[in-house]
Amino acid sequence: MTQPTLPEPDIAALPIKLSIQDLSFYYGKYRALNHISLDIPANHVTAFIGPSGCGKSTLLRTFNRMFELYPEQRAEGQILLDGEDLLASRQDVALIRARVGMVFQKPTPFPMSIFDNIAFGVTLFEQLSRIDMEERVEWALKKAALWDEVKDKLPQSGASLSGGQQQRLCIARCIAIRPEILLLDEPCSALDPISTGRIEELIAELKKDYTVIIVTHNMQQAARVSDHTAYMYLGDLVEFGDTEQMFFKPRRRETEDYITGRFG
Amino acid sequence: MSEKHLSSQFDSDLTAVSTKLMEMGGLIETQIQNAIQALTQFSVPLAEEVIQTEDRVDMMEVAIDHALTSIIARRQPAARDLRLLLSISKITTNLERAGDEANKIAKRVKSIVEGGEARMMPISDLRLASSMAITLIRRALDAFARLDLEAAVSILKEDDLIDQEFKGFTRKLITYMMEDPRTISDSLNLLFLAKAIERIGDHAKNIAEFIIYIVKGTDVRHSSLTHIESVIH
Repeated sequence: MTQPTLPEPDIAALPIKLSIQDLSFYYGKYRALNHISLDIPANHVTAFIGPSGCGKSTLLRTFNRMFELYPEQRAEGQILLDGEDLLASRQDVALIRARVGMVFQKPTPFPMSIFDNIAFGVTLFEQLSRIDMEERVEWALKKAALWDEVKDKLPQSGASLSGGQQQRLCIARCIAIRPEILLLDEPCSALDPISTGRIEELIAELKKDYTVIIVTHNMQQAARVSDHTAYMYLGDLVEFGDTEQMFFKPRRRETEDYITGRFG
Repeated sequence: MSEKHLSSQFDSDLTAVSTKLMEMGGLIETQIQNAIQALTQFSVPLAEEVIQTEDRVDMMEVAIDHALTSIIARRQPAARDLRLLLSISKITTNLERAGDEANKIAKRVKSIVEGGEARMMPISDLRLASSMAITLIRRALDAFARLDLEAAVSILKEDDLIDQEFKGFTRKLITYMMEDPRTISDSLNLLFLAKAIERIGDHAKNIAEFIIYIVKGTDVRHSSLTHIESVIH
């Protein structure tokens, strides 16, 4: 008798964009991440889930050295972006952040026009002619699925947009610099279901060109948008695997308890 | 499911739907028992009772599916909760079909008695298989209530015995028919009844497979016993 078996997806077989090796993170003396190792595949969406305080946002913030804004915070271990260690790199942090863009929980439009919100970041890294810049802004807004809604009001303030539009503006701003990795830290937690749906749609679209890493409290969102999911608890990586498998048949009991709502 | 959810309402929803399934299972057990008894006693009233209860079985199936849909819509269950709910839906279908087989037996008994051919039929040959089928359904329901893997595997093994019994019986009927063509009409009735009993065993087997799916998350349908045992251990 033949055994009908479903193929077990193999993350290890995918090209790796970001390789985290034995990463620990400290807030002063407090260790918030314990020896995390995981490989994040290129051009896929990876979600980090876990209860508050599990370290998922902390982990995300190490990927573009965002933590360096605070002197008492430090990371140990390696974060290899295409093989190059971001933590040891003597590269300008601004250049790293251009390669690894980030969008935050609350939309953070700059107090300037919609056009300038996007153009501002680009001018820091590139000298573009007016026409090229207009093209870049249009391209980024189209990528972020916002163009049709704002094309007639580019000179208006970014703050005049709705919350969902502002968040897509922030994603457009991030994309305009042409990063390789897009970090999304709870990008929909302040948005209504329709705006959330748009952003999720956009995430699926973006992974063709970028490696997307998303932190979310909403497990259903992780299930909907991600290809791979990492479950974290108290600074440990408990389980990392194919999203479908994680939500249907997780390997670890702890993961199962969390995603079925038995965690307490 | 022993451990509790953060939401006690979710727990009670799951318990309620499992209870409904067990109730339906109990009813199906009675249906099969009555159908077999109607057969061994050639009792038309008992057969009638089975036929009339069929509606209740159908209504229970609909009610359980409704409860499942509601839980899925409201709770977006994952992992073993999701597997449990999907399996309850499939187990319900299997129970309903086992009930259909009981109904078929009852209808056939009625037509045999009304045709006046009852007393001449050697129905004793069906006794072993029918008692095995009833036991299997009961054990499948018990195994579901306890999510007992070992019990599920032993059901799979025993269904093979019913299948063998059915094959042997079919061969015997063929011999009868070749020896004396006058037995053909009776033999066909018996074959029909035996097939219904064999199908009940198959439904018990399907239920046992879903128990393994709930607990282990592996779909063992259409797999060999060796493979299933390797999944469990």
